[in-house]
Amino acid sequence: MTVSIADLVPGASESGGDLSAATLREMFRFMLLARVLDERMWLLNRAGKAPFVISCQGHEAAQVGAAFALTRGKDFTLPYYRGLATVLVMGMTPTEVMLGLFARATDPSSGGRQMPAHYSHRRLKIITQSSPVGTQIAHAAGVGLAERIKGGDAVVWTSFGEGTTSQGDFHEGINLAAVQQLPVIFQCENNEYAISVPQKQQMAVTSVADRGPAYGIPGISVDGTDLLSVYEVTRRAVERARRGDGSTLIEARVVRLTAHSSDDNDRTYRSQRELKSMRLSDPLARFAAYLHDQDMLSEAEERDLRAEIGAEVDAATEAAEQAPMPDPETLHNYVYAL
Amino acid sequence: MPEINLLEAIRQGLDEMMAQDDRIFIFGEDVGRRGGVFRVTEGLIDKYGPLRVLDSPLAESVIVGACIGAAMNDTRPIAEIQFADFIAPAFNQIVQEAARIHYRSNGDWSVPMVIRAPYGGGIHGALYHSQSIEAFFAHVPGLKVVAPATPYDAKGLLKSAIEDNNPVLFLEHKKTYRLIKGQVPEHDYRVPIGPAEIKRPGEDLSVFAYGLMIHYCLEAAQSLAASGVSVEVVDLRTLRPLDVPTILASSRRTGKVLIVHEDNLTGGFGGEIAALIAEHAFEYLDAPIVRLGGPDVPAMPFARSLEDAFMPNPQKIIEAMRRLAAY
Repeated sequence: MTVSIADLVPGASESGGDLSAATLREMFRFMLLARVLDERMWLLNRAGKAPFVISCQGHEAAQVGAAFALTRGKDFTLPYYRGLATVLVMGMTPTEVMLGLFARATDPSSGGRQMPAHYSHRRLKIITQSSPVGTQIAHAAGVGLAERIKGGDAVVWTSFGEGTTSQGDFHEGINLAAVQQLPVIFQCENNEYAISVPQKQQMAVTSVADRGPAYGIPGISVDGTDLLSVYEVTRRAVERARRGDGSTLIEARVVRLTAHSSDDNDRTYRSQRELKSMRLSDPLARFAAYLHDQDMLSEAEERDLRAEIGAEVDAATEAAEQAPMPDPETLHNYVYAL
Repeated sequence: MPEINLLEAIRQGLDEMMAQDDRIFIFGEDVGRRGGVFRVTEGLIDKYGPLRVLDSPLAESVIVGACIGAAMNDTRPIAEIQFADFIAPAFNQIVQEAARIHYRSNGDWSVPMVIRAPYGGGIHGALYHSQSIEAFFAHVPGLKVVAPATPYDAKGLLKSAIEDNNPVLFLEHKKTYRLIKGQVPEHDYRVPIGPAEIKRPGEDLSVFAYGLMIHYCLEAAQSLAASGVSVEVVDLRTLRPLDVPTILASSRRTGKVLIVHEDNLTGGFGGEIAALIAEHAFEYLDAPIVRLGGPDVPAMPFARSLEDAFMPNPQKIIEAMRRLAAY
């Protein structure tokens, strides 16, 4: 089932649902912050200062919309490597993100042990990720299972790409969550590519959401470049989970505006036409236009916001670059917990 | 002290720990109403309810994966892998997730969980119900691997494993479940993870083993005593972390070393023990280090004749001990 916010809340696409103008501007700010940070990381990569970048560009609306439906500090997130906007909303700072990019000792995700974008932050309930895809889906089910055992009402949200739906852990994790009616939201950010392999070589269904009913849970496909639709769909999934009614599979259809990573060249497998046309689906431009139309953000305000965020990203970059590298003496730390 | 078998000791350990700490739960195939295919968890669902003794879907990766997630949400999961042979689908979750989460998060997250896995052969289990899997996992930093041989050790080590803040692979030799009986005190006690134990002191040669092989080695040592050969039998109990000081001290004292395991020889855990002794106790050795293990065939066949040919047994161990003593 593909839904837009207009299907869910009549008139909502005009009004932004129950969200205040201040909240909508805050959402835009997070989208823009994620974009500017992401672009800066590519610049640093091309300048030889950051060995590796993997991007969130094009996924911002899907992530900010979803994360705003969660309760920060209470709900768990297990975001995959494109989850920059997710972790920013959940409370990670631009400086913390940059500390990870530069693999500094104070990187909260891993102390410089993991590649960038393997986000983790226990205080913020962001659970550590690895590189083999889909393992977090099984973990998410388990976090939900523990919540059930403890009698708590925190919700668990995890994200992954459409390529990951081919993995066994996708099946095993969602099936367990469905069988036990666990409070878990599975967000597939479908950007139609697993590195270079297109969706049609990954699955024979047209929508990942089609698989929800096969597990006995709702499967909802939503335009992931439309922030308000993602917010509304996720808000309902969160309510359902918190009520104890179980899991939801959400497919957020997004666009990958960059190559897979800084080590990839998508011109080798995407047509020139596609590389141009995908820009028309930029969720940031879409939401900016919406806010302008609704008189919630003036051109001048957007300009000021861009300047402010630019300065914030400058400061984060500088602070992280100057932070110390991990001491080689710490190589053996934390092999075992005490 | 009452005498119970190894399986009952493990069940008692689970029961007593679950009674003390309601964060502990069991997750695995058939662990609920059926009480596990070996009956280790029998009766626990009645005491602790279906949420804490929970039947999983038939899917090993998510048995371990979900327990990892649950451990990070302040519970103490005990995963049961029905047969160690079925652990392979969970290899990635154990090796790349459970064992690395503390390290990769720079100490921020940890995974306090136990993975119980009945292993080993000699029970007509054929290729997929007989395997020894310890070498795959003892290789992995961040994981603890425990392989008790007696009811006392099994119960005491299980309690330590449940209280440990790391993932612990708890290997239960299924032939010992009902075969091996021993005295287990009624009071609450622990056997710490790490230290080996000299199960039989001796002077002429040292034997290092674990699990079922300890009992075969003790039988062999007993039989050799009559012919005047004094064999020291060291039960490693824990493979990771390994009690290197006890291994080296015994090797230096006797000067002759036999390592016995059921797992096939090449790349088996015995190689690591042999290397440590060669590296750190070479000057004390009076003979080459000897390893006795399963043969390098893919796994243990079903037919009794083939299974017997595969399994190390007291007779094979006696022969190896004799040759070594005479060297």
